[in-house]
Amino acid sequence: MSVWRAARAIAAKDLRIEWRHKTALLTATLFAVLVLLVFVFSRDPASVPLASIAPSVLWVTLALSALVALNRAFLLEREHAALDGILLAPVPRQALFWGKLLSNLAFVLTVQAVAFPLWVLFFNITPTGALLAIVVVVLLASVGFTAVGTLFSAMAVRTRFAELLLPVLMLPFMIPPVFAASEATMRLLAGRPIGELWGWLRLLALYDVVFVVLANLLFPAVVDE
Amino acid sequence: MNRDSQSARGSIRKGRAIMLAGLVGLAGIYLMAWQFTPTERFQGLAQKIFYIHPPAAYASEMAYVLAGIASVLYLLLKDERFDTFAAASAEVGLAFGAVLLTTGPIWAKPIWGAWWTWDARLTFSLILFLLFAGYFALRSAVREPAERARYAAVVAVMGMLLVPFIHLTVYLFNTTHPQPVVVQTGKPALPPEMLRTFLASFAVFTTLYVGMVMMRYGIGARQIAEEVADAE
Amino acid sequence: MSEAVASLLLVRGVARTFGRLHALRGVDLAVAAGEVVLLLGPNGAGKSTLLRVVAGLARPTKGSVRVAGRDVHAEPSSRSALGLLSHQSFLYDDLTARENLRFAAALHGLNGVDSLVEDAIEAMGLARFADRPVAGFSRGTQQRLAIARATLHQPSLLLLDEPFTGLDAHSAGELRSRIAAERAAGRAVVCVTHEPGEAWLPATRVVALAGGRVVLDQPRPDSLEEFRVAYGRAVAA
Repeated sequence: MSVWRAARAIAAKDLRIEWRHKTALLTATLFAVLVLLVFVFSRDPASVPLASIAPSVLWVTLALSALVALNRAFLLEREHAALDGILLAPVPRQALFWGKLLSNLAFVLTVQAVAFPLWVLFFNITPTGALLAIVVVVLLASVGFTAVGTLFSAMAVRTRFAELLLPVLMLPFMIPPVFAASEATMRLLAGRPIGELWGWLRLLALYDVVFVVLANLLFPAVVDE
Repeated sequence: MNRDSQSARGSIRKGRAIMLAGLVGLAGIYLMAWQFTPTERFQGLAQKIFYIHPPAAYASEMAYVLAGIASVLYLLLKDERFDTFAAASAEVGLAFGAVLLTTGPIWAKPIWGAWWTWDARLTFSLILFLLFAGYFALRSAVREPAERARYAAVVAVMGMLLVPFIHLTVYLFNTTHPQPVVVQTGKPALPPEMLRTFLASFAVFTTLYVGMVMMRYGIGARQIAEEVADAE
Repeated sequence: MSEAVASLLLVRGVARTFGRLHALRGVDLAVAAGEVVLLLGPNGAGKSTLLRVVAGLARPTKGSVRVAGRDVHAEPSSRSALGLLSHQSFLYDDLTARENLRFAAALHGLNGVDSLVEDAIEAMGLARFADRPVAGFSRGTQQRLAIARATLHQPSLLLLDEPFTGLDAHSAGELRSRIAAERAAGRAVVCVTHEPGEAWLPATRVVALAGGRVVLDQPRPDSLEEFRVAYGRAVAA
């Protein structure tokens, strides 16, 4: 189907360009590592055990590094008016949204793939089956706020204050998924059975569905002049 | 002065009148709260914030939802007036929110001993305020009017659908991490004087909302009418 | 209506405002296959805006644009019949010529991408640059690649927005030949330019916009000099 093919081509093109230089990828990953380190060094080791702040630290790190990464996708289309080149294609605008969502997700998940093991290492998390469940939570939460970020960055990138505007717009939207994900992570680390987590996972899934659909629906209003 | 400019001025005049009526009503509520309602046995004077804060919070949230609905209509019908209304409603909501967030702590400190608490209402008001702030940050960053209206509408619609999630988050946060009980925001059986004052307060804040939005809308519409006149 | 049937491009009552500025105020234009239309006008006349609306990049405030009978905004697939060459190249600096073309081919849902892309590279003399990133290309080479990109899907209607900007004499000549070739192949070309002399020879018709309206629409006269006089008068009116 042409929408899917165009979306895939857009995502592949983004990733190919990113892979050529890897600058944004390295910067975002470094940022995530730095955030982790700041948390470790900014607490009083005697009174604050690592285990108690581990879930919050994970989610603050993931949320902030996602924010840093999200402006990149549409910034890419500014040179030589490349965005117009895509809008000329005989496909619905949604193809561009899906393509950018995919490329943003790939980027965000790559950064997380580095940050996550480091978090496990720095916070002395015992590798149990719970870690796998936490990975699932990370995936679920990321889809939701990446969809919102894809929509908002398409707007922010056309203003003068893209780097400031995107976080300001995004932060309220990150509160529900980060909260739910953090609660789930807390319980998983405390060894609670998966059965107790369904409520949190359902909330995350609901958020994902609502905002992926809504962002997709509103996207043409952003790119159509 | 063309016709659009005239109707804009009319809106401002009527809006001002309604707002003034609302302000008189607000003074009346204060009076009722002070003199004519019994002081609650356990919480004392602190409880009287109950007559001001929930109605103001409701007005702020309603302002946001109405801005969201107007934004949907703008996106569907492309009528600029919906955008002017959405911006007016959002600005009034922002103002209510700012008042809530400043008077809340100022009232709270001497009575509760803490400047801030993470109870459901205050937390929600804070996040709603952030949503308003983001809406206006975006509006001020986009220069071209049609683009600004479009983008603002998109953000408002997204925010409107976020509101239920925020309610849920705030509620869950409070039930899984119970805060020290400060003011009962619940609905115990209210003696008639309290109920009367409470309901009157809702009416007053609705009046204030309507008056202020009409004024702000009128100002916005007048500005557009003037720009059109300049351009021709 | 026979006009609608014969027209490759049908612009009806298109108006477009930007805030308080009326960029287009009710433009009607019909272009048939085999025509090369020069779209002229002073700065701010609305020429580029009109082209963007025709290409589906901007929505008209009023009116409609139909390409090969289909509404360009309501039916995205109608855009396969048009191509746009702007002074912006729509290319990605970090991708090679070949990668840029393959991307365009995928966007347009074309089949036989490999042979199409290789043919285009050959035809535009880009073989030497095929695997080099666009960042290092000269303006002339970028233009050739941009033309290849714009025509890869063989659009029946080619839109050109000030394509001669920054081109040297040689590249400009190549572009003129290309326009003539499109006409010979039975396609339609609409070329926006502020200098009619640039594309005078291949043109078949001249349309002038001023203040967002069509003020002149006639077959291309033989004498450019005489035309300039008539054009100056029409625009000043």
